[in-house]
Amino acid sequence: MSAPAHVPIDDQPLAQPHGTPAGAQATFWPAVWLIAGGAFTLLWLYGEPVAKWAFKVPRDWQIPAKRWIGDFMRWLVEDASLGLFTFTDLTRFIADLVDIPYRFVLGLLSTGLLDGRGSSAEEVLPPLSWIAVTGLLMLLGHYAGGRRLALLVGACFGFLAVFGQWDNAMITLASILIAVPVGVGLGLLLGLAGHRWHPVEAALRPVLDLMQTVPVFAYLVPILFLFGFGPTSAIVATIIYALPPMTRISLLALRQVPKEVRELGRMTGCSRRQMTWRILVPTAMPGLMVGVNQVIMLSLNMVIIASMIGAGGLGFEVLSALRRLDIGAGFEAGLAIVALAIALDRLSQAFARKGRRHAQSAGHEQGAGLGGGLWRRHPHTVAAIALVIFSLAAGLLSAPLQRYPEALQLSSGTLGSDLVGWINVNFFDQLEAAKNLLLLNVLIPFKRFLLSLPWIGVVALLGLCGLRLGGWRLGLSVALLAALIALTGQWPKAMVTVYLCGISVVIAALIGIPIGIVAAERERLWKGVEIVIDTLQTLPSFVYLMPAVMLFRVGDFTAMIAVVAYAIAPAIRYTAHGLRQVDPQLVEAGVVAGATRWQLLTRIKLKLTLPEILLGLNQTIMLALSMLVITALVGTRDLGQEVYIALTKADTGRGLVAGLAVAFIAIIADRLIAAGAARTRARLGLTPS
Amino acid sequence: MKRARTPVALLSAAVIAAVAATPLPAFAAENDDPIRMTLHDWTGQLITTRIMGEVLRKAGYNIDYVQADYIAQFAGLKTGDLHVAMEVWETTGREALDEATATGKVENLGDTGMLAIEEWWYPSYMKELCPGLPNWEALKDEACAEAFSTAETAPNGRYLGAPVTWGGFDDERVEALDLPFEVVHAGTDAALFAELESAYQRKAPILLWVYAPHWAPLKYDGEWVEFPPYSKTCYEDPSWGSNPDAAYDCAKPRGPIWKVAWAGVKEKWPGAHKAIQAFHIDNDEMGKMITDVDLNGKSVEDVVSSWMGQNADRWSSWIN
Repeated sequence: MSAPAHVPIDDQPLAQPHGTPAGAQATFWPAVWLIAGGAFTLLWLYGEPVAKWAFKVPRDWQIPAKRWIGDFMRWLVEDASLGLFTFTDLTRFIADLVDIPYRFVLGLLSTGLLDGRGSSAEEVLPPLSWIAVTGLLMLLGHYAGGRRLALLVGACFGFLAVFGQWDNAMITLASILIAVPVGVGLGLLLGLAGHRWHPVEAALRPVLDLMQTVPVFAYLVPILFLFGFGPTSAIVATIIYALPPMTRISLLALRQVPKEVRELGRMTGCSRRQMTWRILVPTAMPGLMVGVNQVIMLSLNMVIIASMIGAGGLGFEVLSALRRLDIGAGFEAGLAIVALAIALDRLSQAFARKGRRHAQSAGHEQGAGLGGGLWRRHPHTVAAIALVIFSLAAGLLSAPLQRYPEALQLSSGTLGSDLVGWINVNFFDQLEAAKNLLLLNVLIPFKRFLLSLPWIGVVALLGLCGLRLGGWRLGLSVALLAALIALTGQWPKAMVTVYLCGISVVIAALIGIPIGIVAAERERLWKGVEIVIDTLQTLPSFVYLMPAVMLFRVGDFTAMIAVVAYAIAPAIRYTAHGLRQVDPQLVEAGVVAGATRWQLLTRIKLKLTLPEILLGLNQTIMLALSMLVITALVGTRDLGQEVYIALTKADTGRGLVAGLAVAFIAIIADRLIAAGAARTRARLGLTPS
Repeated sequence: MKRARTPVALLSAAVIAAVAATPLPAFAAENDDPIRMTLHDWTGQLITTRIMGEVLRKAGYNIDYVQADYIAQFAGLKTGDLHVAMEVWETTGREALDEATATGKVENLGDTGMLAIEEWWYPSYMKELCPGLPNWEALKDEACAEAFSTAETAPNGRYLGAPVTWGGFDDERVEALDLPFEVVHAGTDAALFAELESAYQRKAPILLWVYAPHWAPLKYDGEWVEFPPYSKTCYEDPSWGSNPDAAYDCAKPRGPIWKVAWAGVKEKWPGAHKAIQAFHIDNDEMGKMITDVDLNGKSVEDVVSSWMGQNADRWSSWIN
């Protein structure tokens, strides 16, 4: 997982920083900030009695967006008609379409191929045994990345079998195996469409932003209505969540196809279709594989949420283990998700690298294999077929070869619960004291401060920031989005959201950036750090949320710990990545000029890495916001909770409005930081990377 | 949710399959379409549903278990996507149930025999610090409230309420009864019981929402606070009760757990409809089974099949 697990939600700021003469700027902007800040403080301190509307949006100003969206969804589900059939018929048809391959894959991996429905179904063919599945993936690993990868994949799947997670893992794997190809295919098609027609690209951009930032819970209810109950809905939700990076990366990769290659296509007289599928897509393949990797990782992030609406599998195991407070079992199931993620991630990365090598050395290997027999030409395919046939026969003869014997399973038993219990009994008072110190002195005052701010002032200041960083278009759109949050009646909840995410992001940055700096130049340490952050990002947060509740009680502090744990990864990763990319000649120049180590770090390296660190920060914010819904599970009172309440009450309008407010916060933060990073880059004379 | 099946279970499944496949089954189902029964995320519901499902299977019906959210399932029950929901609690599901039955597309098939209890609960060791308990008036005592307090809530006591989505009117109750307590809402019931476990390990003060049937009141030694008994007028009429100006100055309602079905079930599978109506089980029985699963580590399937073995007379009377 060396590629960042999330891509920036937008690769281009809305507008380029505009150029004003440097001399005029030096006096103009500080004056503007001074006036704006002064006006804001005056309004904040003395405005309340005079202009109550500036603090609390009056009821009759509010846009009844909840009702509109609710009514629209009701119409869509119950009445919308496309001529011959209704909209629901269409979505149900799609659901059936997804269901067929899903049942097949599930049959292969878990239930066996069945004839009939429900409990009266009969098994026609047993599922692939654990040996067969592990063996097949090891062969795949060997094909793509050699013996080391094969062993790694084998170890991951061995873990699933040994720790008794096999059945659940196969259910999860089945839904991933459906969601990923569909997500990749749709994402690529959207990318191609955007590449060919510019209006499509322009229209796609905001849609992708929303898909990535609206919390999944917000659209689960409409999905359930439209696609029915069961694994299909979960797969559809997974696809919606996991598709955007594929489209973004497709657009980027296609844009980067060299001119010469296109020329070649045109000269050889390619048709439009040939141009797309024979020239553009193969050339962009290495880039596209990064997208595939992202889709896999995001699909695995969805495992817990998908299990809440019927996907079953490992996610359900995590939830049900924690409901009985079996922390050990929850951790095992969570680690099984990590194992699955690592295996699939490394496989897809190996394929990406192989594709790149292949593209470079195409032609060389051609003809080499033609002489040999089937075995020489396709050793992996032959081995795979042999393995399946052999394991099928072996499975019929001996049960342990079909199904990993229960007697050989390992379990951490009560170790997890005992450990948390021990910490709880012995260290609770110290933990409580530290928590209270932070809570009473930092968290609560900051929350009160944010809640006391006049919304109109905040909107204006945000607009001004946008104007300064990216021009009037950015300023206007930022102010508009912020105003919409207020006018739909979400302001106080949005402020609690900003408070929780803001504090978490600051803490994540304070911990993450130094770790990134220290690890950047120490290869072995970096390998260790990478394993830890990979695990943190794929381990479902629910697993460590419940032990955190035991030690820190429900409330904002526990939520903050969960957010920091999840969102720290990009802060570390981007910092380290940026530092490693600093031009060695510049460092050399610093050494020659007699700079100390500290000076080298602060004056040269960090300065040059600043845009990169800002992007990491941006990702940290995005991840923190995406954790909101999970934090609602430990009793925070923010937009995440609003979305969660709407989900349990099946109130589509309420959920989507709150979800959109989260998306707006994300987009505001993203645009401002992206514009800031672009400015910094321009000032440092770096070309945008 | 599939669990690892032992060879024995596989064998017995094979035997059942063989029996089911014999040309003349003991009972004939009206319809071969699968009856879709919803599974939620708490153990008791899984057991109830599996018992009903297995009984219906014995009667020759085709059963499909579907994972669905507790409240969101009503949408599916209305459209006929889902057919049977075995546990809709009077205490948490009443509104959704009333709304759904009013459409005529969803039918209430009567109570399961289990009684839902939801109330403020404390571990027994708290009685030493607050001797007046379980009477609610003991909580009005300042020393008692202080005993339940944390740094954030002091000098008020801290009461850990259920997730806001469950309702329960605890904020209103604290107000109406003028209790020196602050209500903190847990986000999920996992968080609720994680706090209880933590406090119980340390013998630390805690006062929280506990419900039954659940494993918690069986595992931990404690009691429910006794508020003035619930009545409908108490919730609706402010003048009722100790506080003349506020409603909710009484306990939470206790009520049955209902069986609910899509209205079309009666026509499509009349025998199953009758069997589900006949289903009956009580709190103690269910409590034992929940304990077996959640605390003794048995699988839901094993617990259900041993219940089936011991109660053959009962369930066969449901399907006859």
